[in-house]
Amino acid sequence: MELGYLIGTIVKMVALVAWIYGLFWGLGRKRIWQKAATLVLAFAVIQAVIWTKIGNFALFSAFDQGLLFQAITMTMVVLGLNLIYGFNGQFSLAQWGFYGIGAYCAADITYRWTNGDPSGLIVVGLGVILGAAALGGVAKLLKKKRGIPVLSAFTFYLFALVAVGVLSVWLGSLISPLFVPLFGTPDAPGALASPIALQAAFFLSVLFAGAFAAEVSFLFGLPVLSLGSDYFGIATLGFAIVVKTLLVNSDTILPFKEMKGGRGMLGIPKLTNWAWAFIFLVLVLVIIRNFVRSSTGRATLAVREDEIAARAMGIDVAGNKLLSFVVGSFVAGIGGAIYAHYMGFLAPASFDFIAGFNPLIIVVFGGLGSMTGSIVASFGWIFFLEGFLRILLGQFGTDAPSWRFVLYPITLLLLMLVRPQGLLGTIEWGFFKADVLRKRLTGALGGLSRGTKAEKAGE
Amino acid sequence: MADMKTSDAVLVMTEATKAFGGLLAVKDFNLSLPRGSLQGLIGPNGAGKTTAFNLITGIIPLSSGSVEFKGERIDGLEPFEVTRLGIARTFQNIRLFSNLTVLDNVRIAYHAHAGYSLADSILRTKRYARNEKELTDKAIDFLSIFKLEDIADEVAKNLPYGQQRRVEIARALACDPTLLLLDEPAAGMNPREILELMELIHFIKDRFDLTILLIEHQMRVVMGICEYLTVMDFGEVIARGTPREIQDNETVIEAYLGKGAGKSAAS
Repeated sequence: MELGYLIGTIVKMVALVAWIYGLFWGLGRKRIWQKAATLVLAFAVIQAVIWTKIGNFALFSAFDQGLLFQAITMTMVVLGLNLIYGFNGQFSLAQWGFYGIGAYCAADITYRWTNGDPSGLIVVGLGVILGAAALGGVAKLLKKKRGIPVLSAFTFYLFALVAVGVLSVWLGSLISPLFVPLFGTPDAPGALASPIALQAAFFLSVLFAGAFAAEVSFLFGLPVLSLGSDYFGIATLGFAIVVKTLLVNSDTILPFKEMKGGRGMLGIPKLTNWAWAFIFLVLVLVIIRNFVRSSTGRATLAVREDEIAARAMGIDVAGNKLLSFVVGSFVAGIGGAIYAHYMGFLAPASFDFIAGFNPLIIVVFGGLGSMTGSIVASFGWIFFLEGFLRILLGQFGTDAPSWRFVLYPITLLLLMLVRPQGLLGTIEWGFFKADVLRKRLTGALGGLSRGTKAEKAGE
Repeated sequence: MADMKTSDAVLVMTEATKAFGGLLAVKDFNLSLPRGSLQGLIGPNGAGKTTAFNLITGIIPLSSGSVEFKGERIDGLEPFEVTRLGIARTFQNIRLFSNLTVLDNVRIAYHAHAGYSLADSILRTKRYARNEKELTDKAIDFLSIFKLEDIADEVAKNLPYGQQRRVEIARALACDPTLLLLDEPAAGMNPREILELMELIHFIKDRFDLTILLIEHQMRVVMGICEYLTVMDFGEVIARGTPREIQDNETVIEAYLGKGAGKSAAS
């Protein structure tokens, strides 16, 4: 029985990698209907597998689904980190902190919502929208005066965001009571208590959580990114520790009673299902890929390759670093939000900076600068470590699964010896491939011929 | 633009000074580059030539003095802003984006003029598609001027040294500069490559209507192509003149070879 389960797990892992390959291959096709068909098919395949039950035996058990959602959230964090570390060359340990911020932010919104309180959604929503506007405004003002030191600029942004925060809390306290009656009573639920409204609130909460993480990362990254790469790494470590400490004390030094500090936040609605996970996964994939495969993405690479030369090429190095840091943190925040609504329970211990090394290891494992590598490694990591190894080692006693934390570092060491560039190096599949340059002298046709060689390679 | 101020100086440095602590790396440096000129900046090692370049491009800030480009003060600007105004440079030790292809190296130089925003690229709008195609075609055309189109998808670090120099110069020109600063372009080249380089410099100067300032140690290059030389030693200008005048200048010979060498060399 157990042997069958193990073989089943291996089959599932291989099938998932094949699924990923197929998805990227299909998304890499030229026509829009081909992409759309791929998305529908890719979604339907997994959904069908989830629904399939042979007698008492689920093909894709709740445990496997859990792994799948964990893999997807991990993919988001890792892709963001790869953008920052792999493509832009900035060693960041803070991504796990942004993941935690996203998780708690979204969880708080939906938790309040299910308890008939729209203030979370309204305050955070107002905050991120007004915050973005304020940041844009301050940036415009600062642009007019040149030669402002980074720290002064930071102070302006900080004041603007604090003001926006206070303003949105105040506005929220005015507006939310207007909506409270719409929730109705437990006996007579109102319009906002309906499942559809809850789903909409969940959707918004995920986006707002991402945006919130992004704005925090902007504020943090602005002064800190001007440090050199190593010092930046240390500073991000500090950030991760600060986030964890704040979460542990969220009910004492922060005014969020419902987060219950170190005891962990209970009662988050479990809203993450395959459909939502898939939608947000595709969203993140598209954002990251379109970012990297653009002029801005090339500038990002240039910054990694040689900052001085990049500046001499007219690239705003500081701005570019900040941009990739913010985008990377945005997707980490989204990942956190999805994670929170899959678990239904959040404990600050999961956002400890030690756990923050996992995405870092996965990025290196999959290959710095390979988006495909990040995704495959994230899925492989979760399914191999948390699925396969846990069950395999479980055969040897109840404590044996802890050995996986000995086995995976050894695997990592071996991989680094054999393939220092990571599992996939810089190889990309289908959708993620760079524009393939046709050998053409006149440059008259083709232009964006992405997918020409990719198609051939895929067939 | 070209018709108005043909004779005007493109670059004027006035009393430019840079002190690193107590060390004056560049002191009261004056320089005026007329439009379309090809000048050389020479001097022994550590004379402050590269520092002067860094002052022009804004990589290090001035301690005092000023730098004007086409009549506008540019000291205090960020390096990327200086580049966007039209000053491009190459580096003493080649600084290509070594893990990227030759094509991408050039396309990066177009970034400031890409013509589409990040939002366009995330949403893959029509503007993105059109401008990206335009930009790529332009880059390939550009590479073909330098006969580099065949190696467009080659990774830069795999190229031979001479070709890397060519790519670096091409990349600098892709920034669409009016003033090009070349920092020891002939360093590490063999005689045949040097000849090719000299041809290339003449060619690009005419083709792109450039003003060029170059730092060089190879006297063959300096004497062969420069119209006018500025000689530096210990951060100060010690002589100016045509290559012929400089060749016979006692102070210059002394700076290069030491005191007394002038007489023995002359005899």
